[in-house]
Amino acid sequence: MGKKVEEVPQLKQFREWFDKRHEYAKEWKRENGGKIVGYYCTYCPEEILYAAGVLPVRILGSHEPESITRPYLHDMYCPFCHDTLAQGLQGRYDYLDGVTLAQSCLHMRQSYFSFVDRVPNIQWSYYMHFPHGVNNPHATPYLRWELEKFKSAVEEWTGVTITNKELDKAIEIYNKNRQLMKKVFELRRGEKPPITGLHAMEMVVSSQVVDKKDHNEILESFLEDLKDVEVDRETGTRLILIGSEDDDRSFLELVEYGINYPATFVYEECCTGARYFWDEVRPNEDRLMALAERYVKRIPCPAKDWAAGELIRRRFQHIEKVIKDYNVQGAIIAQMKFCDPHELDIPSLRVLFDKNNVKHLTLELDITQPIGQFRTRVEAFLEALGEEDLFF
Amino acid sequence: MEVKVRPLECWNDFKKYRERYYKNYLEAKDKGGIRWAGSAWAFDAIPHGLGEDVYPLTGEPYGATCAFFHEFSRQCLETIERKGAARDLCGYMRNYWGSIAQNKYLLADGSIVEPFPRPDFNFTIHICCSHAKWYHYAAELENGVPTYAVDISVGPGYLLDDKKINYVVKQLNDAIPWMEKITGREYDDELLIKAVYAEADAMSTWAKICKLNQARPAPLEEKSMFSLYVLNLINRSDPEVAKLYHKLYDEVESRVKRGIGALTHEQFRFFTDNPPPWAFLKVYRYLEKEYAAISLGAIYTFGLGGGWIGMDEKGEKWIWEPAPTPEEAGVEITNREEALRWTAEYNLRYRASWQHEYSHWIRKLETYQMIKDWNADAIIMHINRGCELWNMSTLEVRDYLVKKGIPVATYEGNMADPRDFDEARTFNVIDSFMQSLGIERISEK
Ligand code: SF4
Ligand code: SF4
Repeated sequence: MGKKVEEVPQLKQFREWFDKRHEYAKEWKRENGGKIVGYYCTYCPEEILYAAGVLPVRILGSHEPESITRPYLHDMYCPFCHDTLAQGLQGRYDYLDGVTLAQSCLHMRQSYFSFVDRVPNIQWSYYMHFPHGVNNPHATPYLRWELEKFKSAVEEWTGVTITNKELDKAIEIYNKNRQLMKKVFELRRGEKPPITGLHAMEMVVSSQVVDKKDHNEILESFLEDLKDVEVDRETGTRLILIGSEDDDRSFLELVEYGINYPATFVYEECCTGARYFWDEVRPNEDRLMALAERYVKRIPCPAKDWAAGELIRRRFQHIEKVIKDYNVQGAIIAQMKFCDPHELDIPSLRVLFDKNNVKHLTLELDITQPIGQFRTRVEAFLEALGEEDLFF
Repeated sequence: MEVKVRPLECWNDFKKYRERYYKNYLEAKDKGGIRWAGSAWAFDAIPHGLGEDVYPLTGEPYGATCAFFHEFSRQCLETIERKGAARDLCGYMRNYWGSIAQNKYLLADGSIVEPFPRPDFNFTIHICCSHAKWYHYAAELENGVPTYAVDISVGPGYLLDDKKINYVVKQLNDAIPWMEKITGREYDDELLIKAVYAEADAMSTWAKICKLNQARPAPLEEKSMFSLYVLNLINRSDPEVAKLYHKLYDEVESRVKRGIGALTHEQFRFFTDNPPPWAFLKVYRYLEKEYAAISLGAIYTFGLGGGWIGMDEKGEKWIWEPAPTPEEAGVEITNREEALRWTAEYNLRYRASWQHEYSHWIRKLETYQMIKDWNADAIIMHINRGCELWNMSTLEVRDYLVKKGIPVATYEGNMADPRDFDEARTFNVIDSFMQSLGIERISEK
């Protein structure tokens, strides 16, 4: 008899890394004596930092109420930005040597600059003018240039010359991480996905806060162990999660474990999900061009996905493919409150789901979630989806 | 001391231009012309090359006009919210979308016509999170209008380099055959060159006009400036706009020489910040009437359509001096490549409102220097829920100015959602602020 998924040790490891991310980073620093750079947006070319011996870790929120950011950030800026800044002001990122932002939304930009100025341990910061227009053909060569400047700034700060050899090594490690997580995701296409969305989220987010080498090791054995897993939960409605920094466990736990109607997330189209790792760096003699290609052509964040001559959104094309490949029946749009880039896509996203016969529910996420309210709404949503199954 | 005041002689010219503008867009097709829509920050010189019968509609001023007519705005906002648009999104954009969704078009005098005139294409830029996506969704609402957005997120002017400029130029270059294909017209580089010269002329002249407001008494108050600066946001590459700004410059200069002010009493000079709550411009009247307080402008009013030198090369100081036109810079524009390069570089380097997105430090220095150069006593900041870009850094700027000893008041509102403004509370904020500074009501004097 196979094991239950909850007994798979690697899942515990992912969770522990996620929970104890600050301890991990401090330990890493003690052991390696290297520098740690916090980054916000998943457009950060981590490979360049990694090649210089720097550990990149994503700055995340804590989902705890706070009131210390109000003098610097307006209320209408998204909870994630407030939460990350609060973490910095509270000293939880006291081990960071530097911080960087690859230009993304305006809210994060403001939060980043306040973080740089107001968190005392930050010695180095870099704001990269990452292009917004990833659907225009000139973005890749332009980004290559921005990467070149970023690389020089990292070299100057660390005193390390980033050679092609080191870049290749970093790219290889990062690509491996992407391939392995993709393999895990592909197991979810089957009738009985071995893991839930909660597990997937813990896997992906933990990869953002630990050394990818460590993560790869665990991922490899995780894939092996998943072969023996006996799925003992009812899959129920197959859901896709659409969103941004959806790393709030209470929400995923509620949908997958806390409702009378069974449901499982089979895919997370968020930057704490597939958007982070889906696309690999393709080899190119010009390493920076290879990186530029990857970051421009990856599944775009809504902030960068808009018409440059052709009325298409590449993210939507990807979602449509996922709906088919993963046999998606319902969508939960987890809308971070005040997040403009995502909100701007919602009216059209609804049309897309309607066109594909996928029922959808939009929920607004805040720093902490109104679980009681959500329960009623998710329950009604899943109930309605279940009833449809009975009749059609 | 009582100040001489006179109405602006060229006021009507500006008013008429604006009225004609919205009508021209509406009637463009009757004359076989071309319509295009885009942000007020779009590179509007480019479509000029398609002919002399090309009529734009820029979204932000249109959204502001909607907001000014409360009832129409309410209908727009409610219509688009029913389609799933979130209430915290850009207020101008929601008005614009709602206007399309209702298939109703608003003219400058408040009259409403149907249907909403569909553009031949959308041509815009992207710098805040909304710009390009605004027109992407508008295009969908209008059954697939061809849409082209230019990414300008290359950083502030003082950090520009050739590769950054080229990135923008290449996108502009690609836009031309794209427009030719859509419209079936042959592009005329001579018209482009003319438009590019006119654009710099209009933007730099507006900056020169703003500088004149350093005088005491100030010849212009901001509420009137809203009706003047707007031409740079609706059709700045039209040579007629530059001509009007020259006329205005001459008149304002003569007002300064003759000591003519905008208010009969000027006891308090202040700046504002952010677009105003368009439906509640009475805030300005209140300040004038009760406190003889004059708003000299804002980084918004000066910088939105003005060409300024901006940050110095080291990024340490903001320079409020008008940017050079091609003639002043000794540059001759003779072909398409040079024209595109000029317009890209001029806008990226000198459009003041494109600079401070890239760091609150730029905005802090920009605001502080403005208060100093124009000799203002204070700043009253609109914490504007209607625009995430203009609201960016405002609280950091407030903190900075307070530490620099500058009196700052803030009130919350929304530039384009009349439902989102507390009038009584705003007046209370103003009264307490004035009291705290010892500024007496003129009625009590
Ligand atoms: S949730 Fe949205 S607004 Fe917030 S940081 Fe992410 S993209 Fe920006
Ligand atoms: S959010 Fe602000 S900057 Fe962006 S389109 Fe709206 S008014 Fe313009």
